[in-house]
Amino acid sequence: MSISEALAARQWRSSPTFQTFRVGLFGTPFNSAITIATLALLGWAVPPLLRWGILDATWTGTSRDCAAASGACWAFVGAKFRFILFAFYPPVLQWRPLLVMLLLLALLFFSAQPRFWRKRLLVAWFAVIGLSWTLMSGTLLPPTVPSSQWGGLVVTLLVWSICFGLATPLAILLALARRSGMGGLRTLAVVFIELMRGTPMVAILYVAVLILPMAVPNGQLIDKSVRAIIMIALFWSAYLAEVVRGGLQVIPTGQYEAATALGLGYWRTMRLVVLPQAFRLVIPGVVNLAIGFLLATSLLAVIGIFDLLNAARSSATDPQWLGYYDEAYLFVGFVYFALCFGGSRYSLWLETYLRRPDRGRSAPHG
Amino acid sequence: MSLRVETVPGPGGPGIARRISLWWGRWPLTQLAIVAAVIALIWLLGHNTAVTMARVGITPGFGFLERPANFEIGEAPIAFRAGDTYAWAILAGLLNTLRVAVLGCVLATVLGVFLGVAGLSGNLLLAGLVRWYVEVVRNTPLLLQLFFWIAIAKSFPSPRQALSAFDSVFLTNRGVFVPGLVFHGVSASTLWLLGGLAVAFLAFVVSSWRRGRLDGRTFGLAAGATLAGVLLAFPLTGAGVTFDRPALAGFNIRGGYNLTPEFAALLTGLVVKFSATIAEIVRAGIQSVDRGQWEAAKALGLHGGQIMRLVVLPQALRVITPLTTSAYLDLTKDSSLAVAIGYPDLVSVINTTANTTGQSLEALTLLIAIYLAINLSVSMAMNLYNRRVALRGAARK
Repeated sequence: MSISEALAARQWRSSPTFQTFRVGLFGTPFNSAITIATLALLGWAVPPLLRWGILDATWTGTSRDCAAASGACWAFVGAKFRFILFAFYPPVLQWRPLLVMLLLLALLFFSAQPRFWRKRLLVAWFAVIGLSWTLMSGTLLPPTVPSSQWGGLVVTLLVWSICFGLATPLAILLALARRSGMGGLRTLAVVFIELMRGTPMVAILYVAVLILPMAVPNGQLIDKSVRAIIMIALFWSAYLAEVVRGGLQVIPTGQYEAATALGLGYWRTMRLVVLPQAFRLVIPGVVNLAIGFLLATSLLAVIGIFDLLNAARSSATDPQWLGYYDEAYLFVGFVYFALCFGGSRYSLWLETYLRRPDRGRSAPHG
Repeated sequence: MSLRVETVPGPGGPGIARRISLWWGRWPLTQLAIVAAVIALIWLLGHNTAVTMARVGITPGFGFLERPANFEIGEAPIAFRAGDTYAWAILAGLLNTLRVAVLGCVLATVLGVFLGVAGLSGNLLLAGLVRWYVEVVRNTPLLLQLFFWIAIAKSFPSPRQALSAFDSVFLTNRGVFVPGLVFHGVSASTLWLLGGLAVAFLAFVVSSWRRGRLDGRTFGLAAGATLAGVLLAFPLTGAGVTFDRPALAGFNIRGGYNLTPEFAALLTGLVVKFSATIAEIVRAGIQSVDRGQWEAAKALGLHGGQIMRLVVLPQALRVITPLTTSAYLDLTKDSSLAVAIGYPDLVSVINTTANTTGQSLEALTLLIAIYLAINLSVSMAMNLYNRRVALRGAARK
């Protein structure tokens, strides 16, 4: 070893990175034991997974190629990719769900940036959702496609954004009612919120499937997806209302009193003074809730709507590609993970962003 | 506007009417109109439902509970055969839900606390591994995880080629076999004796805790005495306990406990999902205790274990307990996903009931009422506990 190499090695050993790892992995005898045990566990579990998932996997070809190999069949995901995205939507018209998906993703992209938080964004939500629905159903641009043929990732995104868009205004009203001094409205809000939060979402979906068709007059049949959307929006609004209420609770009474002293009425106090401050506080919580909602849309599979998860599951029942459930589940698991993990990182960033005094100009915790 | 609070409509003097009008608050007529509109909407929906039911020839009401149910239930803690009443079937479903929920809460807590502590252990590798486990589990749908687990449970080999661990746990396509205690000759007097012992133990612990005399030694002595009592209770009343291990016998495995693939998959899914939740709660709870508390405790001469037990945990529990309770409630609600993988829980039985009798309104009302009752009673107990903990904290300040 030359002198310069020895010097470099010594420098590396005294660098903070090396020290962090030395203390973090072998700081005490107990710590070293943990490191060795964890390494042993990884050494036992990782190589077979790697062999199955990458080394012995089939990346292209037909199901016959897959059957010949012992590893994962990623060719299946390639062959079923369109089905997992769009399910039974007529193949010639699949540009529509593709366009809808791009529109919705663009909407999310713009909604995620605080500098676009203007009134125009609300208009954009209305426009995009309305446009998506007409595009998918083809009311203005025949041929029409009934919603029973919609499916895949696009249904997951569409149901999620519509329900979220419907639930938010309702949640604000519920939270205001629950915090108000008006006994009648407060009781209504409390009963509704506790009823929804005490019930599993599966039960709510069964209400949409079994009860709602009986409750509409003269047995007019509303579409199953519409019924599910109505019930899910009601269900989520209860959860959102509790988060909004948490924000309303920390606004100091002085703010209400000052607004009253300025001669503002109830609605103007709320709209101009209280809600803008509360929103800054609750937005990270709302984003976390929205991530949970995206995961919860997978329950649509229980009532037979072809959302992302259900589409993936039924793609493995295709006689040509029978039984590649592991690959299907891993692939959609990855899609959900990418969306939700990205969302949770965004939520963390937003929390620190809004806490900066120059941004949260009216946040009391500023 | 808000000055109007002083001039609420209604009689001026103190009295019940004034108190009601104060409670009812501002804009009395608008409120009345909204409440009336909501009631009218509910009435309209109910009326339509009744009309529809009458048209298909179903009599509304809960009379169907007495009728025989002509379906089978895969597994139940109580004996159920096709032909028993619907009420009995629903009870079986409820017990199935409670069984998986209680077991799930216990196992998720054990695994979650272990993971939470492992994440804070200071070992970079282990903490990183726990971090990834939590992120993957939290960012994928529970239903997807359940589908994954049931696919695995169904793909186990037949009992003859069962995968086994330590020759006592067997993984087969007929379910998971685990060893356990098997009781025989248990009579009513055994149960009474055991119940009495449990009550005596709890009463002793609670009363000494209230008097502030509960420490490790007292608790250990009481637990030891109770355990000795339990061990004596069995021979005294002529009952016996053996430790039973499953073993291959012919084409099947006998002995021990058999968990069906559905139950095993549901339990695994719930435990994995909620262990990640609880690990996060434990981490947040312990990190919520100010660093200064650790330093002050160290300055007082306490050692590691004492700091944790006497200083950090009591404060962390104030954060941990309410969050854990709501995680338990979520777990109980999420156990309803059982219906998607074929475990006969409450939702699944109610769904079958609704489909076979056509009385979906009544069946779902029952379902929602049962879940509400579970939820509200647990949250009420939680609120009582919270008030206690909060008051003690405030008094010490």
